[in-house]
Amino acid sequence: MSDHPITPQVVAEHGLSPEEYERVLHAMGREPNLTELGIFSVMWSEHCSYKSSRIHLKKLPTTGPVVICGPGENAGVVDIGDGQAAIFKMESHNHPSYIEPYQGAATGVGGILRDVFTMGARPVANLNALRFGRPDHPKMRHLIAGVVHGIGGYGNCVGVPTVGGEVNFHAAYDGNILVNAMTVGVAETDKIFYSAASGVGNPIVYVGSKTGRDGIHGATMASADFTEESEEKRPTVQVGDPFTEKLLIEACLELMASDAIVAIQDMGAAGLTSSSVEMASKGGVGIELDMNAVPCRETGMTPYEMMLSESQERMLMVLKPGREAEAEAIFRKWELDFAVIGHVTDTGHMVLKFNGETVCDIPLAPLADDAPCYDRPWVRTAPPAPAGNIVPSDDIAADLVTLMGSPDVASRRWIWEQYDHMVGADTVQRPGGDAAVVRVHGTRKGLAVTTDCTPRYCYADPFEGGKQAIAETWRNLTAVGATPLAATDCMNFGNPQRPEIMGQFVGCIEGMAEACSALGYPIVSGNVSLYNETKNDDGSGSAILPTPAIGGVGLLADYEKSATIAFKAPGESVFIVGHSYRHLGQSLWLREVRGLDGRDAGPPPPVDLAAEKANGDFVRALIQDGIATAVHDIADGGAAVALAEMALAGRIGAEIVAVAEAGDPTALLFGEDQARYIVTTTDPAALAARAEAAGVSAIAIGATGGDALRFDLKATGQIAAVALDDLRTAHEAFFPRLMG
Amino acid sequence: MRSAVIVFPGSNCDRDLAVAIRDVTGREPAMVWHRETELPADIGLIALPGGFSYGDYLRSGAMAARSPIMRAIADAAGRGVPVLGICNGFQVLTEAGLLPGALMRNAGLSFVCRDVSLTVETSQSIFTNRYSAGEGIRIPVAHHDGNYQADAATLDRLEGEGRVAFRYAEEVNGSARSIAGVINETGNVLGMMPHPERLMETAQGGTDGRRLFEGLLEAVA
Repeated sequence: MSDHPITPQVVAEHGLSPEEYERVLHAMGREPNLTELGIFSVMWSEHCSYKSSRIHLKKLPTTGPVVICGPGENAGVVDIGDGQAAIFKMESHNHPSYIEPYQGAATGVGGILRDVFTMGARPVANLNALRFGRPDHPKMRHLIAGVVHGIGGYGNCVGVPTVGGEVNFHAAYDGNILVNAMTVGVAETDKIFYSAASGVGNPIVYVGSKTGRDGIHGATMASADFTEESEEKRPTVQVGDPFTEKLLIEACLELMASDAIVAIQDMGAAGLTSSSVEMASKGGVGIELDMNAVPCRETGMTPYEMMLSESQERMLMVLKPGREAEAEAIFRKWELDFAVIGHVTDTGHMVLKFNGETVCDIPLAPLADDAPCYDRPWVRTAPPAPAGNIVPSDDIAADLVTLMGSPDVASRRWIWEQYDHMVGADTVQRPGGDAAVVRVHGTRKGLAVTTDCTPRYCYADPFEGGKQAIAETWRNLTAVGATPLAATDCMNFGNPQRPEIMGQFVGCIEGMAEACSALGYPIVSGNVSLYNETKNDDGSGSAILPTPAIGGVGLLADYEKSATIAFKAPGESVFIVGHSYRHLGQSLWLREVRGLDGRDAGPPPPVDLAAEKANGDFVRALIQDGIATAVHDIADGGAAVALAEMALAGRIGAEIVAVAEAGDPTALLFGEDQARYIVTTTDPAALAARAEAAGVSAIAIGATGGDALRFDLKATGQIAAVALDDLRTAHEAFFPRLMG
Repeated sequence: MRSAVIVFPGSNCDRDLAVAIRDVTGREPAMVWHRETELPADIGLIALPGGFSYGDYLRSGAMAARSPIMRAIADAAGRGVPVLGICNGFQVLTEAGLLPGALMRNAGLSFVCRDVSLTVETSQSIFTNRYSAGEGIRIPVAHHDGNYQADAATLDRLEGEGRVAFRYAEEVNGSARSIAGVINETGNVLGMMPHPERLMETAQGGTDGRRLFEGLLEAVA
């Protein structure tokens, strides 16, 4: 290695600033060799070190009565009773998915699955939060098709149902799509596995696939802006093999049933480097690896390449001494590689040997302690002015059809029919509702899962947008009857070195923190993806909308006591729960019908967290007590879209009579005031009485029935009516027409 | 009599199938690893589950069809032991020559997962005796390679001998004559692409799949 001098150019190529290189010299006490420099570069990359985000992430509440393990491990762990835990996390794979959508998305799914089964959980549900550019952008069809096929190709094969997610379209994602994948697993609370290595002399074991030259420096790529040359980085995108992942799941879970494992960690971003460094650092021990023992796919691989490879489907374990043969037999049965590649030491150093020589000797404490941590300059985003004089709708029915067929509302059936959302036979609420529900196998319990974020709100007002993203997941879990437990976050932003972008990040975090605290709904795991922006010809950057995608998990004590969005029968009463303030700012109606987007569309609807909690608790109790027959939260497109979705799902129309006693109905029907639900019931008196007792606003607005959605617009003396067939045609047409 | 669910590397509906069999028979099926060479001595039902055996590499089911256990399955099938192959299990059975035809890539070239309408073509089989001929049922599919194809003479023969068990009542994957499931000459081997084990109870969205297992129980009891 000494024949490779560490010049300033080599340092820059490793994504380290001159100041950061000074820190490397300080940590090492000498000049590093190339392998050591490579290890510092990935460990100190934004992706692995969270150097720009760490000081702000600390503001998030991460503890609570159900939290068994918060952020810092491979995934978050929450108690779901009866000695069982739900383990989950969401993670981004944005940069690779833009460069190579199929493999980028597929390996995103593979990576998040490993984060979850590493901890001892059998994965039971996958979700994905996707953001694409304009549907008519010349690259977008290729990207959408690739991402959806990639997610399906991986998830279907490993046999974990893909049950939910979300998709948005906006020009701000034209050059930087977002692919955020979430996995939820279930484990026994006394069989949860952590990553801290311990026991001097204990064997370090490598299992899974062989190491190849793929994905070298992926973490560094994910920590830089996109440029024209980014497509040349295609070789840094890894290739996934879901078949091997399936074998790895089964083999790991089989070994985990014994007590042979001391610690286990998947090899994700920065592969063998981050897994070995993290295991040793967390355990406060040293580690020595024999690089000649690493199973390699190609000949002639150097330690530098082995340490930085991001080959997929690999895990690192520390075993109890003498348990190697038993473990090896299991991995051989599943036709996977198994190799003892080193042992735990008491030196506090990571030492790599290759051909009998020491090729790397890094003190681990300084690698962690000297890691850069930035308080980057940031400016708070000023809330936008109200959106001027809004001309009311002149055709409620036509506007509703427009919204139902618009990219952000249209049916996602084209996507989720390509995902096996039923494997496991425990999916009891399939995609298309507010949250999916998956049974905890062999019990009456159900896990409700959802992902949400409204980036246009976050762009207009990061603080309110951050609050709203948390509140919407909480509301969606509530709408199926679940008690929200905890959330995971996937923070997607632009270049943190721009103060306005950093201000978006800080605003969103602070809003999320406030909502999490108010709702008693902590963040237990997460991921930060920065530099989601593309350099323009003039050197400026085009950033994505701030997108803190939130994944929420809730618990149903009895999955039979759950609600769906579908109207159940004609003649049932329809209520709006929660107060309608007629806030039209940032509504989808304003964007799709009036063409107002961005800060021109005014402030987003404020989130009253006390009302959110009260209204949600009220609705959940209605479901548990069998008073609600159908429930849907009111979100994009307002009450009108919520009603239309309920009607389509149930194939039953509704007559909405009490639309507007006075004034224009536009804001009532299309405004996106928060903390609201549509609820149907066969017992309107009971619902009203309970609402009054709880101090919650619940207004009867009509009844189900017929084959159309009819709005009696009292103020204008008109009736707006849309046949369900017309709504369905508009709703179902978008994706098939786009993707052909 | 014992039931057995065969587990190949990459099978992923093995547990679902075992749960369905246990629910109906009240007895745990044996989970038989593909490397085994023998089935339980009192074997009464062999079930090949869905999934992606060997990652669908080469062709769906092609490698699993050469697994050691397949010889024992062929022997048992020859003795008249009922064999049920679902989805990837159907693909394995065609690759192993226990059923005629082949399952090609879906005509739409995409994976498809949804409830589909099926017509039960015959109730004169151990697998379908709890349904009526001509009955419409809904059962989910989840596959990428479900496009059933065989030469015209084979298809004529299957139809003429009442060996088409189920037909799609809607376009799903381009299958010849909309065939969703076929039975072998001796009536004891069924392969089908839809997943009856996913519709065993109302919480799953329906019970149309359950009767297939109930019928089998009667046959093997």
